[in-house]
Amino acid sequence: MRFNLRGTWSIYVRELMRALRTAYQSILSPVLTTSLYFIVFGSAIGDRMPDLGGVEYGAFIVPGLLLLTLLSESTSNASFGIYMPRFTGTIYELLSAPVGVGETLVGFVGAAATKSLILAAIILTTATFFVDYSIAHPILAACYIMLVAASFSLFGFILGVWADNFEKLGIIPMLILMPLTFLGGTFYSIDMLPEPWDKIALANPIVYLVNGLRWTFYGSSDVSIGLSFGLTIAFLVLCVSVIAIIFKTGWRLRD
Amino acid sequence: MRSISTIASTPMVTLRFCCPSAEIMSEPILNISGLTKVYPGGLKALDNVDLAIQPGEIFALLGPNGAGKTTLIGAVCGLVRPSAGQITAFGHDMRRDWRSARARIGLVPQELSTDMFETVIRAVSYSRGLFGCAPDKALIEEVLRSLSLWDKRNEKIMALSGGMKRRVLIAKALSHEPDLLFLDEPTAGVDVELRRDMWALIEQMRQRGTTIILTTHYIEEAEEMADRVGIIRNGQILTVDDKDAMMARLGRTEARIALAEPLEAIPEALQAFPIELTDGGKEICYRGGDGTGMGRAEVANLTKTLIAAGIDYVGIDVRESSLEDIFVGLVAEQEAA
Repeated sequence: MRFNLRGTWSIYVRELMRALRTAYQSILSPVLTTSLYFIVFGSAIGDRMPDLGGVEYGAFIVPGLLLLTLLSESTSNASFGIYMPRFTGTIYELLSAPVGVGETLVGFVGAAATKSLILAAIILTTATFFVDYSIAHPILAACYIMLVAASFSLFGFILGVWADNFEKLGIIPMLILMPLTFLGGTFYSIDMLPEPWDKIALANPIVYLVNGLRWTFYGSSDVSIGLSFGLTIAFLVLCVSVIAIIFKTGWRLRD
Repeated sequence: MRSISTIASTPMVTLRFCCPSAEIMSEPILNISGLTKVYPGGLKALDNVDLAIQPGEIFALLGPNGAGKTTLIGAVCGLVRPSAGQITAFGHDMRRDWRSARARIGLVPQELSTDMFETVIRAVSYSRGLFGCAPDKALIEEVLRSLSLWDKRNEKIMALSGGMKRRVLIAKALSHEPDLLFLDEPTAGVDVELRRDMWALIEQMRQRGTTIILTTHYIEEAEEMADRVGIIRNGQILTVDDKDAMMARLGRTEARIALAEPLEAIPEALQAFPIELTDGGKEICYRGGDGTGMGRAEVANLTKTLIAAGIDYVGIDVRESSLEDIFVGLVAEQEAA
């Protein structure tokens, strides 16, 4: 046996079924939250805000809000996906099965990324009810969304392996990821920031993600699209490498 | 002693035999050599363990809590990373060809670890897929029926009793038709009826050629089912032997003969017997034999000799030592050493 395709498919389907089982939490909740952002920042406040780079404020925040959801959902889906079997002890089955790092990643991370993509499609559809927006480079946007979903699902997987209690599981997304996303230009252009904050903001990696996605929507952004893609791919490679080391050493998985 | 066939309380459906386990293998199905596991804290859970398991046998691994039984199973199944040593299963080195080897190994863990929100049939079907097997509804039905789970197939696992949850774990382990099955305390915390059902099921699996390694605290379970027995303590295998050979080698007959009148010393006529006076001379205690029944014959001779010597007795209590006695004796012996 080389690569256990059936094993991979089993993990993938089971993880997607888990999302369906918890549809209120994993699908409806983020859609509702994002809709509220659109209502408050897009419709209520957005009308009083100036256009940014020739884009209406309501439309300007669409990529940022989409990314906000993508990051948090990809991370939490994947981290819960691997943490729960560790917590309940059912990880024994995965570890004793003929599945390795490849099958596990494609199964867990693939399912988490798929859920995020489904969510992204729902959010983009929902956004049309609140703001007018268009996508300048739809194929690149789809590729970028997939790249971000996969990268942060991998990141979530690492968190799920690292966490040894529920508090740790939520601490990185809540205390690091969420603030960085809010400060990463989700609701504004970093050009609007006074010096030196506009320079300091460039140290925030989420700035490149938000602007990368914004570029695929409107053809302009605060940073180079090449840099955005390059950093996202580098993050993905870093996460894959960390996971490969985790499986090789058995850290937090095998005694 | 009852045979398995007489204790099965639930009619069992014969499991299909479609795995390569029918192959006659001359080499051990599992070969463990120099296996050592030292945990980060310094605890040596396994200490240079050598063990060879023959195809088709039921091997019982006995040992007190913390002896290293679960660590040994975990090392073979991929849950524990060995510190040293080599494990070969079906001729595959578990470090290099672990995929091929693991595909043929099943594990029923000690803990009731299942996805509580999943239905029985989905959980079992998932396990089959995880091990790379194509969906087979008929086989899943057979497995579930054999464990009396078919009627519960659409129930969530969280709604099942503890015994039923353990059956689900066994069904999951059997779903990919393993050739080598590890049962870690399979009957811990289950009622007598289920325990006997499981014994019958294990016997059925043996008949279809599955090699079974089980750990248990119930020595009678090992005595009932095992072909061979290994005793482990402090991470070291104390002895491994055929169960009957072990009973013959280490077994004893103990007879207590209550005398009508106490004796002050053992009479000359009885000097040849392995006896001693106990209870202030009111009782003769015989300890001898070899676990094959020789002791009982010797006790019969002893009683004849007593009569011939004019020594009257009022009661005889004869008992053969069980596997439990042997186990306790060996463990105590090692402790003393």
